[in-house]
Amino acid sequence: MDIWRLSEKFDNLKLRAEILRLTRSFLYSRGYLEIETPALAECPIPEACIEPIETTRGRLLPSPELYMKQLLAAGSGDIYQICHSFRKNEKGRQHREEFTLLEYYRVGGNYLQLAAETEALVIGLSEATRNSSRINYQGMSIDLSPPWRRLSVAEAYMSACGWNPITVDDLERFDLDLATGVAGLSRERPLILYDFPAGMASLARLKPEDPSLAERTEIFIGGLEIANIFSELTDPGEQRKRFEIEIKSAEKQNRSAALPEEFLESLKSLPEAAGGALGIDRLVMLFCDAASIDEVVAF
Amino acid sequence: MEVSEVSKNKKLLIDGVPFNVESVDFVKPGKGRAIYHLKLRNLLNGILSEPTYHSGDKFDEATITVRDMQYLYEEHGHYHFMDTESFEQHIMNEENVGDKKLYLKDSLGVQVMMWEDRPIDLILPKAVELKIIETESAMKGATVTAQQKLARLETGLEIGVPAFIKEGDTVRISTITGAYVERVG
Repeated sequence: MDIWRLSEKFDNLKLRAEILRLTRSFLYSRGYLEIETPALAECPIPEACIEPIETTRGRLLPSPELYMKQLLAAGSGDIYQICHSFRKNEKGRQHREEFTLLEYYRVGGNYLQLAAETEALVIGLSEATRNSSRINYQGMSIDLSPPWRRLSVAEAYMSACGWNPITVDDLERFDLDLATGVAGLSRERPLILYDFPAGMASLARLKPEDPSLAERTEIFIGGLEIANIFSELTDPGEQRKRFEIEIKSAEKQNRSAALPEEFLESLKSLPEAAGGALGIDRLVMLFCDAASIDEVVAF
Repeated sequence: MEVSEVSKNKKLLIDGVPFNVESVDFVKPGKGRAIYHLKLRNLLNGILSEPTYHSGDKFDEATITVRDMQYLYEEHGHYHFMDTESFEQHIMNEENVGDKKLYLKDSLGVQVMMWEDRPIDLILPKAVELKIIETESAMKGATVTAQQKLARLETGLEIGVPAFIKEGDTVRISTITGAYVERVG
């Protein structure tokens, strides 16, 4: 890369450093322990839509989730890490194959409580860096002041796209409408989208009072998907069944995936917890008013 | 070709119509399937569309050939070119020529992209030489910046030029940036 192009990024890189410093300080003040786990391993989470990058010595992990939950199971208490994660073929204005993830777990919490803590983090970042709860992003004026808009998946899809994904099973249409319709509901105020269809639970537990819903939320700001938060599933048998479905689906795409046995074993000891994954690059894009993720990373 | 292999300026054939890919944007929900927003220009009528595709969707590539031609003249929005090898004449309409018409002067050597013997797009030389027909003395106060003034060229193109350029001068213009490069006579 040309040196002058690199030097053009300094303002964004300074704000990025400030956001990382403030995020660590926020999590430290709330009792989270910063930890690190390997980026390279044999067995990532088997997911049909997320492809790891293979190396001759294992796979670069798409997420540190399995390692972090093993620490939780061992009794670490609240933990977080800010790490590089890797997803093959994800390249675009909002995506890079190598990106920075904040992964954080709150023992004893649930998905809505962790979403509220994430809301507090982002508002705190805005007040500390801009002295304001309003940000301008790509021509949108976004009011970050609390409380953010909270909509169930059913409500949001009915209002933005005119159908209910909880009663109509159409995963293909779900993703398309999420990107082209529902994400747009976050143009003026952030959106906390909660209660996903059970079929999209991933590693989240189902709602005890309504097993057609998963305790999962996603946070959107200015049309960008910022964070994905679960009440964590602690049932190894149920998790094994879901992974087996994902593995079959990955095999249909001529990819091999394996059951992470060590993780499934540790799941027996996992305390009740909520976990989140927040895209640091996208959060920095918002604060830097950057149209592309390339503007907020040096290389 | 899979949608994941589609990149800017690829030529796709969709329902028998050739399209140029103007841009590709990839969006993917954290746990979902990839979605591709394409901006496609219909190479027959110039109309832009923005369809959405899923990972796994496939396309045929349009077979495009490139031929050296000479620009002849324009008549009623039709631009006439001559193949410098076969001397065949080809006509492009205004939608296909677009803003590139502002660089076309008689006898200019260009490359023309052909799809099934139809001209669909033009590749201009990197720079063209055009004559100034009007500048500041006639266009009073038409300054662009402190160092530049506005000038109108023989093709109708308007650009900023340095203060020393006069009417009747010929200047070299970059067809990529649309900016003044140097005076050539």
